[in-house]
Amino acid sequence: MIDAHLLTLIVFLPILGMVMVLAIPGSQRQLIRITAAFFTFLVFVLSTYLFLVFDRSNVQMQFVEHYSWISQYNIWYYMGVDGLSVILIFLTGILCFIATFAAWNIEKAVKGYYAMYLLLVTGMLGVFCTLDFFLFYVFWEIMLLPMYFLIGIWGGPKREYAAIKFFIYTLVGSVLILLVILAFYFKTGSFDMLELIRERPFQATPVFEKVLFFALFIGFAIKIPVFPFHTWLPDAHVEAPTAISVILAGILLKMGGYGLLRISYPMLPGAAWDDGVRYFLAILGLVNIIYGALCAMAQTDFKRLVAYSSISHMGFVLLGIAVLNAEALNGAVFMMFSHGLSSAMLFLLVGVIYDRAHHRDLSRFGGLGTKMPIYLTLSIVGFFASLGLPGTSSFISEIMVFLGSYQVYLGITIAALLGIILTAAYILWTVERVYLGKLRPEFEGFSDCSGREIFTLVPLALLLILFGILPNIVLDVFRESMQYLIQIVTLQ
Amino acid sequence: MLNIAICIIAIPFVALVVHTFLSARMPRRGDWFATGAVFLSLGLACWLFVQMLFSPTPIYINFHIDWLNLGSRIIPAGILLDHLTIVMLVVVTLVSALVYLFSIGYMHGDVRYGRYFSYLLLFTTSMLGLVLANNLLVLYIFWELVGLSSYLLIGHWFERDTAAKAALKAFIVTRIGDVGMFFGILRIYFHLGTFDYEAIFQAVANGTLSGNIRVLAGLGIFFGAMGKSAQFPLHVWLPDAMEGPTPISALIHAATMVAAGVYLVGRMFLIFDPTVLLIIAYIGCFTALFAATIAVVMDDMKKVLAYSTISQLGYMMLGLGVGGYVAGLFHLTTHASFKALLFLGSGSVIHALGTQSMREMGGLRKKMPVTTVTFLIGTLAIVGCPFFAGFYSKDAIIGAALAFGLHHPQHLALFLVSVFTAGLTAFYMFRLFFKTFTGSPRDQEKFHHAHESPLVMTIPLVVLAFLAIVSGHGGWFQKYNPAPQLSTYEAQQVAEHASHVQPEASSSFAANRLVPAGTPVAEHGAEEIADEEELEHRAHLGAMVASTLFGAIGFFLAYLMFFKRRLSSAAIIQRFRAVYTLLSNKYYIDDFFHAVLVRTLHAVVWLVGVFDKYVIDGLVNFSGLATRFTSWLVGKFDNIAVDGAVNGTAWTTGILGEILSLSQTGRIRNYLLFIVLGIVTLVTVFVFIK
Repeated sequence: MIDAHLLTLIVFLPILGMVMVLAIPGSQRQLIRITAAFFTFLVFVLSTYLFLVFDRSNVQMQFVEHYSWISQYNIWYYMGVDGLSVILIFLTGILCFIATFAAWNIEKAVKGYYAMYLLLVTGMLGVFCTLDFFLFYVFWEIMLLPMYFLIGIWGGPKREYAAIKFFIYTLVGSVLILLVILAFYFKTGSFDMLELIRERPFQATPVFEKVLFFALFIGFAIKIPVFPFHTWLPDAHVEAPTAISVILAGILLKMGGYGLLRISYPMLPGAAWDDGVRYFLAILGLVNIIYGALCAMAQTDFKRLVAYSSISHMGFVLLGIAVLNAEALNGAVFMMFSHGLSSAMLFLLVGVIYDRAHHRDLSRFGGLGTKMPIYLTLSIVGFFASLGLPGTSSFISEIMVFLGSYQVYLGITIAALLGIILTAAYILWTVERVYLGKLRPEFEGFSDCSGREIFTLVPLALLLILFGILPNIVLDVFRESMQYLIQIVTLQ
Repeated sequence: MLNIAICIIAIPFVALVVHTFLSARMPRRGDWFATGAVFLSLGLACWLFVQMLFSPTPIYINFHIDWLNLGSRIIPAGILLDHLTIVMLVVVTLVSALVYLFSIGYMHGDVRYGRYFSYLLLFTTSMLGLVLANNLLVLYIFWELVGLSSYLLIGHWFERDTAAKAALKAFIVTRIGDVGMFFGILRIYFHLGTFDYEAIFQAVANGTLSGNIRVLAGLGIFFGAMGKSAQFPLHVWLPDAMEGPTPISALIHAATMVAAGVYLVGRMFLIFDPTVLLIIAYIGCFTALFAATIAVVMDDMKKVLAYSTISQLGYMMLGLGVGGYVAGLFHLTTHASFKALLFLGSGSVIHALGTQSMREMGGLRKKMPVTTVTFLIGTLAIVGCPFFAGFYSKDAIIGAALAFGLHHPQHLALFLVSVFTAGLTAFYMFRLFFKTFTGSPRDQEKFHHAHESPLVMTIPLVVLAFLAIVSGHGGWFQKYNPAPQLSTYEAQQVAEHASHVQPEASSSFAANRLVPAGTPVAEHGAEEIADEEELEHRAHLGAMVASTLFGAIGFFLAYLMFFKRRLSSAAIIQRFRAVYTLLSNKYYIDDFFHAVLVRTLHAVVWLVGVFDKYVIDGLVNFSGLATRFTSWLVGKFDNIAVDGAVNGTAWTTGILGEILSLSQTGRIRNYLLFIVLGIVTLVTVFVFIK
C-alpha cells in the first residue's frame, strides 16, 4: 500500500504539514516548531525507507505512479525514481529534518517561516520525483518562491538585495528551461520525460540540439552555480538564515547537476557527447574548482568563504559529468551527495559562531578552540571533510572524479590536482584564523555547542565518516542507473 | 596470523573511538586506557615478530576484501603481511607505546590532556594502517590520516601562534608532495587499472609498466615520499613542527611518520627505474649534507635534532637510491630507536628546565644521570660509534654508496658527501651533548630547579637505550628482509628462469636494481654476482674505516670546542660570520618560499577576489542597474511622451474648446452672420468645383 504511493506520500507530506502549521495559532511557537519537525521527520523516515528498499540492480524507474492529469494537453501526474533520484531524496530527507532544528531559534513570524519552509521541501522533493516535464516545471517554480521569501523576510541586513538577486537569476534560468520544455513539447506533443529520452527528438538537427543544450545548460549552470553565473550564491548565503543556507547549499545546488543528468544529457545526447562541448564543460569545471578556491581564500566573511568553497566543490561535479565515464560520473554524483552533507555541516558550524558573536568577520575571530572544545572537534571533522581528507566521503568522490578524468583530460586533471592544494590552504587558513591562536577577550564568556547544535552537527559528521569508510552503501544505489545513463548518451 | 595483524590495528582503532567519546568520564582522562591498548598491540606485534624469526619459510600473506566499487572495477582493500610489515609494526607499536608512557609524565596537567591521547590513538591507528596496506589507494588514505594527526598534534598548543602556523605549514607542504604522489597513483591506475602492490610489481616484471610511464609514476610516488620524509626542498615543515609537544616530535617527527616516505620508497622499490633511483640518491645525499650543516649552528635543542632527523632521512633515501634496499630500511629501523631516544631525552631535559635553548643549559649530568647516560647512548648510536646500532646501519648505507661509486665512478660524490656528513653528524651531536650535559650551568636559576624525570619518563629512555645498542647487531634485518626481486614476480610468468635465480638474501648489491625493466636477473652470471659481492665486501670495509675516521674527527673537534674549550666557537663564528649567518638562517629557504610562493599566492588571491567582486558581480549589478535605468527611462517616456500625448490631446481639446467657446456669444445677429458666411462659402465651393 505504502509502496504504491510512496513518492506521492513523500512529496506531499510537507504540504500537509504546512496546512497543519497554518492551522495553529501564531502564538503557539513551540507547537509550530514541533509540528514542522514531526513532518520533516516523517519525510526523513520515508526517504530512508525508499533508500533501503530501492532495487539497486534495476535500471528502470521504480515506484512509478502514472495518472492522467490535464488530458487535453497530454499532461500527466507521473512520478518515478531511479538511483540518482533516490540518493538525492535521501539527502533531502536528512537535511530538511536537520535544518528544521537549525531554525529553532528563529522568533520572527515562526508560523510563516515553517509554512514557507515546508512548501520549499515539497518543491525540492517533487523535482526529484517527477517524470512529467510540466509537473517538473511546476515543482521547479514552487521551489523558487518560498526561497525568495525565506531569504527576503528572515534574512540578514541586505536580505532584499540578495533575495531579488536570487529570484531574478533563477527566474532567468527557469525561463530558459521553460523554452526548452516547450521546444520539446511542440516537436513531439509530449511532456513525458522517459518518452523524450527514448525518442531523442532533436538528434536529426545537431545544431539546434546544441542550441537547446546550451539554453538548458545556462538554466542549470545558474543553479550549480557555474562561473560566471555564480555571484548570486555568496549573497544569498550571507543573507539567508543558517537553516536556509543549509538547504540552499545542500540541496538546491544539486538541482543543476540533477537537471543535467536527468534532462540535458539523456534527451540531447548528441550535444552532450560532442567532443567540443564536453571539453568546454570540463574547462568550466576546472575554472570553478580553481576560481572558487581562490575566491574563497580572498573572503573576509566566514559564510561567504564557505559559499565560495561550494562553488569550488561543484566544479568537481561538473568535471565528472563532462568526463562521463563510470568512475567520473559516479564520483560526480557521490560528490553531489557528500557535498550536500559537508556543506550543510559547514553552514551549521558558521551558524553556531554567528549566534554567539553576531558577526562573521574572519579577522575578528581567533582562539575559539580553547573555549569551545566540542565545537572545535566538530569543526575539524567538517572542515577536513570539505578538504577531501581520506576517511570522509568527499575524498572518495574526489578521487573517483580524478580517476575518471585522468583517462580523458590529462591536462585538466593535473590542474585540478593543484586545486586541492589551494583547498587545503584556504581551509586550514580559516581553521587557524577562527579556532587557533590566543582566545580573544570578547569570546571569554562563550558557551560550547548546545544540545540542539550537537544534535544537528553530529549526525552529519558521523555520516561523512561512515560513507567515507564504506562508500558502497551510497555508490550501490546509483551505479547501475549511471551505467545506464552512460549507455544512453554514448549510444549515438 | 592474519587475525593477529587485524587485531593490531583494530585495538587502537576501537580504543580511539571509545576514548574520543568517553575520555572525559574516564579516570585520568583515559591515559592509561590508551597506553594499555597500545601496549596490547605491541605485545601482538612482538608475537608476530617472534613468529617471523622462527618461521621456516618467509611469511607472506596478502589478504583483501572488496571495498570500493568504481563502476568500472572493484577496488579491494586489504592487508599485506610480510617481513617488512612485521618489522614496521614492531617499530610503530614499540615507539608508540613508549611515547604514550612518557607522555603520561611529560604532559601531566596539560589543558587538553584527554584530547592529546585521542590524537595519539588516531596517529597510531593510521600509521599501522599505512604499513599494513596492501595497495596504493589504501596506503594513500592512511598517509593523509597520519598527516592529519601530525597537524593536530603539532597544533596541540594552538594558543601559541607559532604552533598554529607550524601545523598549517606542515600540512600544506606535505600535501604538495601528496599531490605528486597522487599523480603517480593515477598514472599507475590509468595504465594498469589497479592499485595493488603485487599487480604493480608483476607489471614491472613483465614490462607492462615501463619506460616513460614507469619513470613518471616513480617520480610522482617519490615526490610524496619527499614531502613526508622532509627531503629538500620540501623539508621546510619539519623544523617548524618542533612546536608540537616533545613526545610527538619523538614519535611522529622522528621515528615513525617521517620515515613513512622511506618506507614507501622501500615498499615500492621495484617500481623505480634506474633514473629515478639515481634522483632519489642525489636528493637524499644532498638533503643529508644540507640539513647536517644547519644542525651545526642551531641553538635550540629540538631544532638540532630536527635537522639531524632530516639529515638521517636523507641517508636512508641515499641508501635506497644507490640500490641498498636493506641498508636504507635497516637504518630506518635503528634510527627509530635512537632518534626517539634522543627526542625523549631532550623532552626529559625540557621538562626539567622549561627551556629548549642550549644557551640556558649545561652541567645537567649531575642532576639527571639517567637522562644523561641514555642520551649519550643515543648520541653514540647516531654518530655511528662501533658496536652501537647506527654503526651497522649507517655503514651499510655508506658502503652501498661506495660500492655504487666504484661501479659508476661519476657518482663517487655520493660516497664522499655521505662520509663527510658522518663527520658533521658526530660534530653537531657531541656539540649538543656537551653543551647540555657537561660543563657548568649557564642558567643557575633554571639549573637549581632541575630534577631527574619520574619513572614513566625514564623507563622509556632505558628501553630505547637498550634498543639503540642491540638493534644493529647480528645482521637480523638482512636475514629477514632481503631486497625484493623482480624475478619473484616474474617467476610466475617465466618459471624456468626462476630456478637460476636464488640471489643471496644478505646481498643488497646483488639486487637487480640497475637492471632495466624486463631484463631477468638470471642474465647475470653467477660469477658476476660473486664479483659484485667481493666488491661490496671491500666497499663496506672502506666505508667503515672512512666513516669511523670522519666521525672521530667530528667528535674530536666538538670535544675541543665544547668540552675542553681549547678552541673558541665564538672566534670561529666571528671568523666565518657570513657562513654562520647563512646557516643560522637556514639558507634563507623559508624566506624564499615565503617571499615567492606565499606572497604570489596572496597577490593572486587578492586579484581574483577583486575581479570577482568588481568585474563579475559588477557586471551582474550593472545589468541590474541598467535594467532599472532603462525602466526608469521607459517610465519617464511613458509618463512624458505617451501619457503626455494622451494628456496633450485632452489639453489641446480643452484649449480649443475654450477658444471656440468665445464664438458662442449668445447674440442672434452674430449667429445669422455665421450662417450667411457659411452659405456663401459653400455656394462658392460648389460653384468652383463644378
